[in-house]
Amino acid sequence: MSATRAPAPPTRSAAANRLRAGRPVPTLLRHLAVAAGAGLLVLAISYQLDSFRNFQLATVAAYLCATAGLTILTGLCGQLSLGHGALMATGAYTLALCQNAFADRGVTAGGVLVLSLGAAVLATVAVGALVGVAAARLRGPYLAGLTLAVAVVVPALTVTFDGVFNGEQGLAVPMAPAPASLGVYFPYERWQLWVVTVATLLCLVVLANLVRSRYGRAFRAVRDDEVAARLAGIHVARTQVIAFVVSAASAGLGGALLAVLAQSVSPGAFGLTLSLFLLMAVVIGGLGRLAGAVWGAVLLVALPDLTHTVTDLFTLSPAAAQRLEGNLPLAIFGCTLIVVMIAAPGGVQGLVSRLAGALPARWRRHRP
Amino acid sequence: MEDGLALHHIGVRFGGLTALDDVSLRVAPGEVVGVIGPNGAGKTTLFNVVCGFVTPHTGTLTLDGRPLRPRPHRLTRLGIARTLQGTGLFAGLTVLENVMAGASHTARTGLLPALLGLPRSDRDERRLRRHAHAVLDELGIAAHAGAAPGTLPFAVRQRVALARALAARPRLLLLDEPAGGLGAEDVDGLAELIRGLPHRATDPCAVLLVEHHMDLVMAVCDRIVVLDFGRVVAAGPPEAVREEPAVVDAYLGAAVDEAAA
Repeated sequence: MSATRAPAPPTRSAAANRLRAGRPVPTLLRHLAVAAGAGLLVLAISYQLDSFRNFQLATVAAYLCATAGLTILTGLCGQLSLGHGALMATGAYTLALCQNAFADRGVTAGGVLVLSLGAAVLATVAVGALVGVAAARLRGPYLAGLTLAVAVVVPALTVTFDGVFNGEQGLAVPMAPAPASLGVYFPYERWQLWVVTVATLLCLVVLANLVRSRYGRAFRAVRDDEVAARLAGIHVARTQVIAFVVSAASAGLGGALLAVLAQSVSPGAFGLTLSLFLLMAVVIGGLGRLAGAVWGAVLLVALPDLTHTVTDLFTLSPAAAQRLEGNLPLAIFGCTLIVVMIAAPGGVQGLVSRLAGALPARWRRHRP
Repeated sequence: MEDGLALHHIGVRFGGLTALDDVSLRVAPGEVVGVIGPNGAGKTTLFNVVCGFVTPHTGTLTLDGRPLRPRPHRLTRLGIARTLQGTGLFAGLTVLENVMAGASHTARTGLLPALLGLPRSDRDERRLRRHAHAVLDELGIAAHAGAAPGTLPFAVRQRVALARALAARPRLLLLDEPAGGLGAEDVDGLAELIRGLPHRATDPCAVLLVEHHMDLVMAVCDRIVVLDFGRVVAAGPPEAVREEPAVVDAYLGAAVDEAAA
């Protein structure tokens, strides 16, 4: 076997040289361009959909922040988190407290939402750093246990300190109305969709930048082989903490955006089930690719909706219907997870990439 | 002042087992030093001490005369790189990315510029990519830059692992059984490559080599240290070590016969 000593084919070398000499498009510009395109698409779609569908699309966008963050952590850095629902709760409650504080002081301008979202992200960064430092020392089942504890403890805190968080009732989130310049009859859901989409796209641009940088490479190196990563000069624990904090910040933003949409927060919305849903969503969507997170977010909104449609088909007693609607999404999610893992271990995105890769090859073969 | 890496009377115990006992050795700049010995003689423990995975109970390490307290992720900053048994490549990274990862300590982009995707981050990545391409070119595996390591023959993966270590621009390269799993022809190529390392045009480096393959060790090493039961039983140039009766008894006899057969 002399494969190692065969010189590189000259054509490849020349191509590589051209590639090295060329001036590629800056990463930031490329990502901003894609985000602008996606934003325009959502803008166009928002005029075609009714209010309910606009609201659903906005919910997808909010979940997308969380699933994209979890994809970075679990898919790229190889750390499991069963606690991202709790991190979303942290963001949501911080936003609610900030919006209430602004409203109490009579500040009702729409711009304060930006400050509240910033505060939500900062608060989740702090919580994420705390959990992340502990998580970087733990592996496998111990890491799962720690994040599971976070998932259970955070919603419970809202009940324990009900003076601040108002217990099971939760908090209302005062929101400024849509700008008057859009007209009196402008649907509020469409305005919500715009706000959430802008925040989500900015979040995705930042995450995509990170993935394309040396940190993205370090995440994947740590995931694949910790010993080799250390010998390559990568500080494994620091890399894992960075992944956790970035992931937490995205989840916090996602939670805050959900609060913006619902205009209220309560602990029930951020239970352990949400954390499990998030994890299943990113696995089904396709781990390790931000595009997989999009599929995951769509599933998070579409599956309960689908379940609702299914239960509506049968005439059930109200109690039975309620029980079914509460549990059916989880069951369907579980079944989908099993089917996807068997049929397409790369998730939905892996399947899409495979199909996209196979099609042009077939076309090329048929060309003269 | 002695240049290069030196181990002074290193001792390592795992419970009641003595893995290394009073081991001293030195690798000067430009030298290729081989460590041989039967399985369990302490060769890998020796590497783990140098890399900081194992803390010795007795003895000290020095690098260029200064005391050295190695930590694995700081090693490349000190100018020391190591390959792993097998290949230890990152399966989810392309060959090029693997080699770029090897130069991680030269990456300068902070977290904020990376998050914002600033041109600084792009420039850093371009520089790493150029450097990685150059190393792949040097080892004759540039054609595989875009491939996933798992799709390549073992001999090529072995070179990728070597390229990843060289990407760190080490002054001292630790090679852990680089010939393991290679065919005879590939071993010849590897020997040629290792002999060339101290004479590279850019970033020449000394080599400390742990290896079972006797032909390779005899062919490339300036000096050989023989370990048995954690002790140095012989040391010197290949031709002298080959004649040592203790060495022939402990280890070489069988290996040389085997190689001759």
